[in-house]
Amino acid sequence: MTSAGDDMTERSKLTPVLTRRWLSPTSWTIDTYLQFEGYSALRTALSAHPDQLIQLIKDSGLRGRGGAGFPTGMKWGFIPQGDQGAAAKPHYLVINADESEPGTCKDIPLMMADPHSLIEGSIITSYAIRAKQCFIYVRGEVLHPLRRVQNAVNEAYAAGYLGKDILGSGFDLDMVVHAGAGAYICGEETALLDSLEGRRGQPRLKPPFPATSGLYAAPTVVNNVETIATVPSIVSGGSDWFRSMGTEKSPGPKIFSISGHVERPGQYEAPLGITLRELLELAGGMSGGIPLKFWTPGGSSTPLLTAEHLDAPLDFEGMTEAGSLLGTTALMIFNETVSVPWAVLKWTEFYDHESCGKCTPCREGCFWLAKVLRRMVDGQGTPADVELMLDLCDNILGRSFCALGDGAVSPITSGIKYFRQEFLDLCTEQPGDVTVARPRQQAELAGAHR
Amino acid sequence: MSQEPSRPLADMSVTEDPDVFPEPRDVDEQHFDEQTVTRARQIIARYPLSRSALLPLLHLVQSVQGHVSQAGIAFCAGQLGLATAEVTAVATFYTMYKRSPTGEHLVSVCTNTLCAALGGDAIYAQLSDRLGVGHDETAGEPGEPGSVTLEHAECLAACDLAPVLQVNYEFYDKQTPESATELVDALRRGERPAPTRGAPLTDFRTAELELAGFAADPEIWRAAVNSPSVAEETLVGARLAEANGWQVPAMPDEVPLPAVPEKK
Repeated sequence: MTSAGDDMTERSKLTPVLTRRWLSPTSWTIDTYLQFEGYSALRTALSAHPDQLIQLIKDSGLRGRGGAGFPTGMKWGFIPQGDQGAAAKPHYLVINADESEPGTCKDIPLMMADPHSLIEGSIITSYAIRAKQCFIYVRGEVLHPLRRVQNAVNEAYAAGYLGKDILGSGFDLDMVVHAGAGAYICGEETALLDSLEGRRGQPRLKPPFPATSGLYAAPTVVNNVETIATVPSIVSGGSDWFRSMGTEKSPGPKIFSISGHVERPGQYEAPLGITLRELLELAGGMSGGIPLKFWTPGGSSTPLLTAEHLDAPLDFEGMTEAGSLLGTTALMIFNETVSVPWAVLKWTEFYDHESCGKCTPCREGCFWLAKVLRRMVDGQGTPADVELMLDLCDNILGRSFCALGDGAVSPITSGIKYFRQEFLDLCTEQPGDVTVARPRQQAELAGAHR
Repeated sequence: MSQEPSRPLADMSVTEDPDVFPEPRDVDEQHFDEQTVTRARQIIARYPLSRSALLPLLHLVQSVQGHVSQAGIAFCAGQLGLATAEVTAVATFYTMYKRSPTGEHLVSVCTNTLCAALGGDAIYAQLSDRLGVGHDETAGEPGEPGSVTLEHAECLAACDLAPVLQVNYEFYDKQTPESATELVDALRRGERPAPTRGAPLTDFRTAELELAGFAADPEIWRAAVNSPSVAEETLVGARLAEANGWQVPAMPDEVPLPAVPEKK
C-alpha cells in the first residue's frame, strides 16, 4: 500500500458520494442539504470562469450515467460559445429524468432522497455552458420524485440559488420542472427534446446534434440526473479526487441498482469496476441460495450475461469486453427458476409497446419478434423460428433510427447466444420447417394479421 | 389555507410576448371554467415557446375531465393556436393520456420482466379477476367514488422493491396478490390506503393536476412533499457502508480549478 487511494480501494467496497445524504431523516430539504455543505460547490463554480468548469469536468473523466457513457465535459465543450451564428442563440440545459429502462431505478430514489444535488449540479452546468434556462424533464408516472424536485426548485428560488443575479454573480437562471406523459422513447435525447417542444416523442436525425441544434433548434446539453448530481462533488473535490475512485477510463463512483433474486436488493454506490461477484456478496448472495442463471448489467437493452461473467469489471470497457454494455448499471438478477425465452418475450413485448413507430425496422421488427416469441413460449414454435428471430434482429440492429431498436434485439440475441437449447426445447414436437407447419399453427399465423 | 387555489407550484416570471403566446380562442365554457383557463395561461407562461405547454395542458384537461376528450383536445388547441389534429396526434402518442373516462383511481401493475418474475403477472391476473376488468377498463362507473381503472404498466423504476404497483402514480411496493387485492377492495369501498412511498392518496384527477404543475391546496401539497419516501432497499448500500466504516477518500482542503484553456 503506497497511498491513501490504494488503501481506500482495499477497504472501502462502497463509496457513498451521491447516496451519503440519503440516510438523513429529511434528506430532501434544503436545510439538510446545506448542513452537508450543499451549494458550496455552486459558490466555487460561480467564482470561476465557465471554461474552467468545462475543463474540470473533462479532466475528471466523468462519463454520462444515462447509459451511453459519453464524456460529459466533452459534451459541454461542444456547445458553441460567442455572439455569432448558433452560439448567439439562447443555450439550454435539459435534464433527462425520464427513467424508464427496464431494471433501472437509480434516478427516481435520487430525486426523492436528494433533489438538491440535482438542482445544484444543474445550476453549475448551466453556468458552465452559459444557459439561462434549464428544464428538468421528469417521467410522468412518478409523482413523488416530481414533487420533491419541484419543491427543491422552489426552495432554491427562495434561497437565491435560482432566478436573477444568483449569489451576486450576475448569472441568471430559470428552472422549469416538466412532467412527461408515459413514453419510454422520450429517454432518447432527441425524442425528449421533441416531447419538450410539445410534439410526439420521436427521435430526430443526427446530425445536427443537440449541442448545436437542440431545444428550439438552439445549443442544448441533455444530461442524465445522476451525471449532473455528480457534478457538485467534482467541483468540491477536484478531478484527482474523483479519479481516485473507479478505473482510469471509467472513473468515479456509480449507483448500482440490484434487483431480483438476491437477498438484499437495493441501491449500492460503489466505484466503477466493481464486479457482480463483489456486489452479490454485499447484497447477501442469491436469495434462498438458488443459483444465478442470467443477469443484465444495465437494463434490458444491455445483452444478458451469465455466471461466467461474475468477475467481469462493471465499467464501460469491462462490459463491452464481456459482450454487453454497462448501460444504467441496473443489475437485474435472475435465478435458475426463470425461463429465458419467457423473460425475453416480456422484454420484447415492452419494446413492441414502446417503439415510437417512426422507422420501419424497429416498428415492424419489434411487432413480429413479439409474435414469434409468443408463439414459441406458447409451445407453437419451430426450430426455424430461432433463425427467423436472429434474421429479424440482424435487420433491426444498426438499421433502426435510434438506439431503441438496437436495445430491443439485445435480450433476444444474447438469450439465444447463451440459452439456445432452451428456445429449441420449447418446440421439441414441432417440425423444423415452418412451411409444413400444422394447420393449427397456420391458423394462428393468419390470425396474427388481424 | 386554500386562498390561492390556482397557485402554481413554481414561481416563474416570464414576459408574455404576443408573437410567442397566441391569444386563446374558443374556450368551451361548458367543460372548462375560468380557473382552468387561468391555469392554462400560467402553464404557457413557463415556456419560451407556447407549444412546449402542450403536455402539461393535456394533463390539465385530464384533471378536469378524467380523460382527454374531444373537448379537451379542442381546449388545448385553442389555447395554443394549434389544429385539433396536431393535438390529437400528440395526445394519442403518450400512454398517460386516457382516451376514455378513468375511474376515481388508476391502478397500474408493473408486468415487465423483473416484477413479473417476482409475482407481478400473478398480481395483475388476480386484480383483473377481482375487478372483473381487463387492461384499460374500469370497475364501477368512471369518475364515481370507488371506481377503479386497471392497467398493466411497463417498468415503473422501482425494481429493487418488486413487485410494485401504483395507484394514481404513487408507489405501493413489494406487493403480493393478497395485499393488492386488499388494496383494490379498499379502493372500491371508498377508502384510500396510504402508499408505501408517496403522498396520502387523493384521486386520479388530483394527481393529473399536480402533473400539470398545480397544487389543489398549498398546505396539503407541502405535507405531500414530506410524506414517506424511504425504503430499506433505497438505503441498504449507504447503511452497509456506514456500518463497515467505508468512506470515500477525503477531499483535499484546497482544490485549484484548472486554468482557463487557451482558445484554439
